[in-house]
Amino acid sequence: MMSAILVSLCVLPIIGASLIFLGPEKLARKTALAVSLLCLALSIPLYFGFDGTQSQIFQGVVSIPWVPALGIKFALGIDGLSFPLVLLTQLMLPIAILASWHEERNPKAFMACFLVLSSFMTGTFLATDLFLFYVFWEAMLIPMILLIGVWGSQERIYAALKFFLFTFAGSLLMLLAVVTLFVSYKTQTGVMTADISELTKVVLSKEPILFGLNIQDLVFWGFTLAFLVKVPLFPLHTWLPDAHVQAPTGGSILLAAVLLKMGTYGLLRFSIPFGSESFSRFAPLIAVLSLVGILYGAFVAFQQQDMKKLVAYSSVSHLGLVVLGICTQNLEGLTGSVIQNINHGLSTGALFFMVGFLYDQRHSRLFSDYGGLAALIPWYSFFLVLVACSSMAVPGLNGFVGEMLILLGTFEANPWWAGIGVLGVVFGALYTLTLLKKTLFGPVTANENRSLKDLSWRETVPLIILALFMLWIGLAPGFLINKMKPTLENYWKKPQSAYAMSGNPK
Amino acid sequence: MMVAPLLGSIANGLVLRSSEAKRAGTLATVAVFVSFFCALILFSQVASGAGEPIEMSWPWIQIGNLNIEWGFRFDRLTSVMSLVITGVGSLIHLYSIGYMSHEKGSYRYFAYLNLFVFLMLVLVSAGNLAALFVGWEGVGLCSYLLIGYWFEDPEKAKAGMKAFLVNRIGDAGFLMGMFFCYQLFGTLDFQKINAAIDAQSGFNIQLMNIAAFFLFVGATGKSAQVPLYVWLPDAMAGPTPVSALIHAATMVTSGIYLIARLEPLFVMTTDTNTVIAFTGLGTALLAAFIATSQRDIKKVLAYSTVSQLGLMVLALGCRAYVAALFHLVTHAFFKALLFLGSGSVIHALEGEQDISKMGGLRKSLPVTSLTFLAGTVAIAGIPPLAGFFSKDTILHAALVADFRLWIGGAVVATLTAFYMFRLYSLTFLGTYRGKAHPHESPWVMTLPLVILAVASVFAGFLGVPHEFHWIPNFFEEYLKPVIPPYEFEGTLAISSHQAMLITTGLAFLSSALALVIFSRAKSTETKISLFRPFQMVFENRFWVDELYGALFVRPFQAISKFFAAIVDPKVIDGGILLMSRAAKRLGGVVVLVQTGNVQWYLFLMMIGVVGGLFLLLRGRVI
Repeated sequence: MMSAILVSLCVLPIIGASLIFLGPEKLARKTALAVSLLCLALSIPLYFGFDGTQSQIFQGVVSIPWVPALGIKFALGIDGLSFPLVLLTQLMLPIAILASWHEERNPKAFMACFLVLSSFMTGTFLATDLFLFYVFWEAMLIPMILLIGVWGSQERIYAALKFFLFTFAGSLLMLLAVVTLFVSYKTQTGVMTADISELTKVVLSKEPILFGLNIQDLVFWGFTLAFLVKVPLFPLHTWLPDAHVQAPTGGSILLAAVLLKMGTYGLLRFSIPFGSESFSRFAPLIAVLSLVGILYGAFVAFQQQDMKKLVAYSSVSHLGLVVLGICTQNLEGLTGSVIQNINHGLSTGALFFMVGFLYDQRHSRLFSDYGGLAALIPWYSFFLVLVACSSMAVPGLNGFVGEMLILLGTFEANPWWAGIGVLGVVFGALYTLTLLKKTLFGPVTANENRSLKDLSWRETVPLIILALFMLWIGLAPGFLINKMKPTLENYWKKPQSAYAMSGNPK
Repeated sequence: MMVAPLLGSIANGLVLRSSEAKRAGTLATVAVFVSFFCALILFSQVASGAGEPIEMSWPWIQIGNLNIEWGFRFDRLTSVMSLVITGVGSLIHLYSIGYMSHEKGSYRYFAYLNLFVFLMLVLVSAGNLAALFVGWEGVGLCSYLLIGYWFEDPEKAKAGMKAFLVNRIGDAGFLMGMFFCYQLFGTLDFQKINAAIDAQSGFNIQLMNIAAFFLFVGATGKSAQVPLYVWLPDAMAGPTPVSALIHAATMVTSGIYLIARLEPLFVMTTDTNTVIAFTGLGTALLAAFIATSQRDIKKVLAYSTVSQLGLMVLALGCRAYVAALFHLVTHAFFKALLFLGSGSVIHALEGEQDISKMGGLRKSLPVTSLTFLAGTVAIAGIPPLAGFFSKDTILHAALVADFRLWIGGAVVATLTAFYMFRLYSLTFLGTYRGKAHPHESPWVMTLPLVILAVASVFAGFLGVPHEFHWIPNFFEEYLKPVIPPYEFEGTLAISSHQAMLITTGLAFLSSALALVIFSRAKSTETKISLFRPFQMVFENRFWVDELYGALFVRPFQAISKFFAAIVDPKVIDGGILLMSRAAKRLGGVVVLVQTGNVQWYLFLMMIGVVGGLFLLLRGRVI
């Protein structure tokens, strides 16, 4: 049952994409929406079928030999780390499609891109084979680049290329690390495998070979740099504002809500298990970078005149917090990070959705073209205030649960970090309120805005659903935390014990 | 009790959206009245017997050893707070029906107001720090929305934003305090924290001081103390009933409540208490001086609120928690009364707030004038009205703690009487100097005034100080199960009876002085301040806003601009692009990048694989 769902989530969207190409143009949007809703419907049995009491074992495992000579398999599985992100992907896909409803440039290909992207993203989260993961990881770039480069705004080519080069540079480093792991395993056991849990048993030499770094450090940084680019962590973030600003609304939503999450997911799934000692050594460095990123992102966001840029820089700040939570190496921080990952997907996804709503009508993202909208489109304003509250972690909504856990964990790890981290809370309010002030409040300055339409059902339904999730996570996050509890509670124990057992290399 | 206002808020804000002020207002008012009656019932339960609290909880955040619950506890302290909130709150809701009658779309206003009452009740009945924080930030949010209620005016939207941001600075302190508490006690539950402190004294006193200090920073934000008080005067941009409810009677007192709630912690932290006491006194003095020279009727009351809150904080610093709470209650009555009275005046004068353009309103606004006078006498500390008793209890505590604190407190009390009678004289006495045609407000507005006036006159007898030992102190007795009464120790510089005589005499004197000087004002040019040489300083509020602007706001903007305009595009992005350009030239692969991504991809992949193998060989893994 579980396996069937996992495979369907990976395959259905691709089938849907082919159907779109075969079918008439008129049906393209509806087909895409239907497929995405089907995937969303499938995640309901997935939620209930997922056993939240198991910790280390992948559930719903599918394993089909792929390249037997190299021990590579098409292997899928789900555990507490990937579970929430898979659900998030299914939730955001129909919303992204609805946000792209009015695109007139080649809608068939446009919709197909979304579906293919969804397949690859889900695959990335589900892959339990390192090579399969890498394939999905790289393949995902293609539909995303197309989305930015073909359906983006004026400077889309530049943004797409920049996005590609940044992430690809990271991917190359990761490939090096993958190959290293793979070969080391072969030499140590004589068997070839790409199974993730098997590969964590590899013992890497501790002899420094390059600038005082040993092999484990290099493997660790190979993975970590790739993931930190994706997060993106200061100072590797500069591709993000360009990509977000140029991407079409639906692309921005998926980019923010799902793609960035792969960075933090990757850290937890690969970097830390493969390089637990290196991580302990470098965690303070990464934590400091996250702190800088939290404040820096907030500072820069505050100055933006373009709504999408503001939201993009706010992502730099928020994801800095997520990485900080991981660097605490304790349970509270980790739980907070995992929750905040989801929160950021919901709130930033919603923000891009709402910015896109204005852009569709006015073709402007500049604050100077707005102001006083609260009097004109009250429902829109209501939801924007709500989403802003979620984003700046007003307690009772989702953001607070994540932020508080992260900061509590950070405090346990190092009170000074927490002291700087709470400043991020203050600055977060600053740019979020600026966003509200410049769009909703003040007098109506542009007469064109008087003809703005308020939300229709196509916008209201997704926003209500997102708002319900924000409230649900804010008020009773247990429905999510309980499913991941064993995974999280054992997380910091796992890599250490594995290392202790294996001892020194021969 | 708590559900009613929440439902009222949802019904008004999301479902009905009635454009008629009367319908929305009636619904909201009924919701708060229902809540008030529930609070009364709960009060009767906890008041009887030993005062066992009523508890409720369900899970919220649970992971590992961390267990944060939605815990609510209704004990005697909560009952006092919730009676004030719903009691004063329902009167203010009633008043708002009249005040907002000319507004279109006031459903939004009533929805926010109901939501505020709900969150305020969450705050005072929360059983742990995290649940309290929900109310704490929530009321801040409502305050932000209500200050900026007339959002078309950018100044008002800005005032709301300032309030929220300054509060957020306090909230950051609150969070840190919460983390320190968690580290110290392993729980956020008030009862467990307090019990742990009572049970053993082995806690690190230094850490306790730090925790208390950070929590106090949170309180300075919410309760408008130096250095974070600057948002409150600006918050007067909101509708006047909002100022009465949020910025005088309830929300701003939540900092006082927080410290009283954690009384066992704060009793121990001597160093922090010194900071608290002097911060409170400093705030009280500063605001009282500023209040003597303001021209805006609401600004005078706002600075007066800051000053009175300072007195409460002073009491907290002297460990006189019951005294602080008692002043909180009486202040809620008379300050709400004064704000509503000023609202009635502003309503009558069609929005005029400058007291130099008022005067003589006694005749046209008889009810407002009389009730305002009751409020003025009460706050001035003239016996036997409420303010006299509560203020005297605080001054007595200050006298016990430190003679300097008492002197400061006496100066504040004297100034209070002075600026309040100045305000009363300029508004209601003398001759009318404005152009509008003042008229008395409708009954929905005057009825709350009358009720509050009665409360302001008589509430003092609930907590009569010990100097009058023949009348029992009901208030202290009632709170005994939650907060042990204040203990008298040490020798005094002057006897407490002498002290009381001195301060009361000074209050009478300065009241009379203000009456004599300001009741004769005839033209708008009449001098409205006594302290000529300092008038400029007071009128410009010691240039604190300007100072903060120069110290924090402008540097922040400059750094932010520097990052956004130079560091990000030029240094970081530029640096990375430069690297990539160099790499491209070095490898001579510029053409590859531009002709086709696939080739570039494959090429680099090859390099990667080869490089990886090379590294492996060098590492002698194989």
